[in-house]
Amino acid sequence: MAQEFTFPEAGARTAAAHPPEGEFQTEKMSLSMGPSHPSTHGVLRLQLELDGETVTKCDPVIGYLHRGDEKIAENMTYNQFVPYTDRLDYLAPLANNMAYAIAVEKLAKLEVPARCHAIRVLTAEMARISSHLLGLGAFGIDVGAWTVFLYSFQEREKLYTLFEELTGARFTTSYSRIGGVARDVPEGWLGRVGAFCDQFLPILEETMQLLTRNKIFMDRTVDIGVISKADALAYGITGPNLRGSGVPLDLRKDKPYSGYEQYEFDVPVGATGDCYDRYLVRGEEMRQSVRIIRQVLAKFPDGPWYATDAKKIFVPPKSKVLTSMEELIQNFMLVTEGPQMPAGEVYFEAENPKGALGFYVVSRGGGVPWRLKIRAPSFCNLSILPKLCVGTMVSDVVSILGSLDFVMGECDR
Amino acid sequence: MSATVDVTSALQARFPQAAPRASLDHEAVNVPMGDVIAALQYLRDEFAFDVLTDLTAVDWSEAMAPRFTMVYHLFSSTRHVYVRIAADCASDTAPSAPTAIGLWAGANWLEREVFDMFGITFDGHPDQRRILMWDGYPHHPLRKDFPLAGIEAPLPDAEIVAETGMAANPVPLAGGPFVAHSGQINMAEAEPRAKDESWNERRPKPE
Repeated sequence: MAQEFTFPEAGARTAAAHPPEGEFQTEKMSLSMGPSHPSTHGVLRLQLELDGETVTKCDPVIGYLHRGDEKIAENMTYNQFVPYTDRLDYLAPLANNMAYAIAVEKLAKLEVPARCHAIRVLTAEMARISSHLLGLGAFGIDVGAWTVFLYSFQEREKLYTLFEELTGARFTTSYSRIGGVARDVPEGWLGRVGAFCDQFLPILEETMQLLTRNKIFMDRTVDIGVISKADALAYGITGPNLRGSGVPLDLRKDKPYSGYEQYEFDVPVGATGDCYDRYLVRGEEMRQSVRIIRQVLAKFPDGPWYATDAKKIFVPPKSKVLTSMEELIQNFMLVTEGPQMPAGEVYFEAENPKGALGFYVVSRGGGVPWRLKIRAPSFCNLSILPKLCVGTMVSDVVSILGSLDFVMGECDR
Repeated sequence: MSATVDVTSALQARFPQAAPRASLDHEAVNVPMGDVIAALQYLRDEFAFDVLTDLTAVDWSEAMAPRFTMVYHLFSSTRHVYVRIAADCASDTAPSAPTAIGLWAGANWLEREVFDMFGITFDGHPDQRRILMWDGYPHHPLRKDFPLAGIEAPLPDAEIVAETGMAANPVPLAGGPFVAHSGQINMAEAEPRAKDESWNERRPKPE
């Protein structure tokens, strides 16, 4: 027997779809964007309320990735936490290591030599290029430009090969140490960094030419997601997103660390604070990073690459551990109890690719931090989303997300 | 305004109970919790500390009183200096602090995080929800009495409970090797024995 179907009455359906003339009303719809949508750059969920295609409310939901990094830090020695900082902004681990190491060095009152500073600045700027390249490529994909992604990833792979030669790892490098870096630069590596810079600049110009005057790209970014100067400061936005809004604040210039004061570079700022300005600022920052790298290479200092009074922090060389009782004991104490730090509290912030990454370290003495608060730039940059997205179209939300260039590893910690 | 302005003495002149705080780097001032919003506003308006860089809390452990301290880091975008303001929470069992959203909109998420991780409530906060843990999670993980391995918590969704037959999130690593007990660290005894003995065969699980 054939199954019978009952169709809803035609009249009942049309009445709801077509309201009386003159008082056209739309129904508010809620839409969950993410948590694993390609445009959300990680596990970010946006709970949107839509009126047609216009966003009327936006509630970002984070925490899907939360790993409790700050809790972990309270339970291990200062040296042991270095690899965890890689996993914050995993697109620029070299810059994260450096920020953490400098914060703890301030606590331990360690002075690192010039060669260590030079290596750190060099690697931090390479990490900036690498991170901005991914930001550029992912932004391109968000607004429909696939080629930009391919170009920028090809360049990133070259940088990763250089990182691998220096640190032994391509992705999570764990290179900085408290009081220095893990090892000196390999033979001929500086020359290869210089060669990378020479070939990189023309490719960067070519890549950005695909977007900068592109009609579709401009239509989707110009005057979209405008962050005013006042808003940017009120929300604690930092990095290229802040400078895109026209605030010339760059900690490398204003609060120099690691010898940044001896290098010449410009701080690019945007005019209106829209998505297009943030894109232009990142592009220019990559050129400025190349400029810094070339200056570092030109006057690369000789000497040790770790603090001479870092005996309290570094384990002694293996040959001495095996032959000398003193060094054996020191090695044992450092590995089991960790380097002993004085009591006190410090706060240090570094200008990372995503913005200002800060470490607030509270020590009550001993080998373990009592409290380690990570001030994550992506967390603060994302907090403006509810304000930014209201009134825009759904497709603009994707542009805004791409232009903010955040990473959830850092936001959720 | 020159960069050498003494923020500490200016604050002390205005708020008599303010006291200098020991610090290894930036200027730091202890302020009573009742004055903290007024002090922050004073610093923002008179000393051009226009950026709330960070806002967090420190748990000094159950044995200490006052147990919780709120810590604010301000930065001046024109003078390029930091200042640290600290304020102790009056209550150790139900700590609270006034909200700073009226001064900086960015305080919203930072205070939600402090509420989530420490259980400090913010008077006047318009949207006090958890931000990193899920709604309905009963614990505050950054408190010192919370073990590193976590505490079992009921799953938020009844449908998931019905589907999987699991009523609680199993705690990872509990009692396993290389797990430290929060707060009391003696690294010499740490490895390779399990340190998290918040509950085991001898001691019952905390309710």
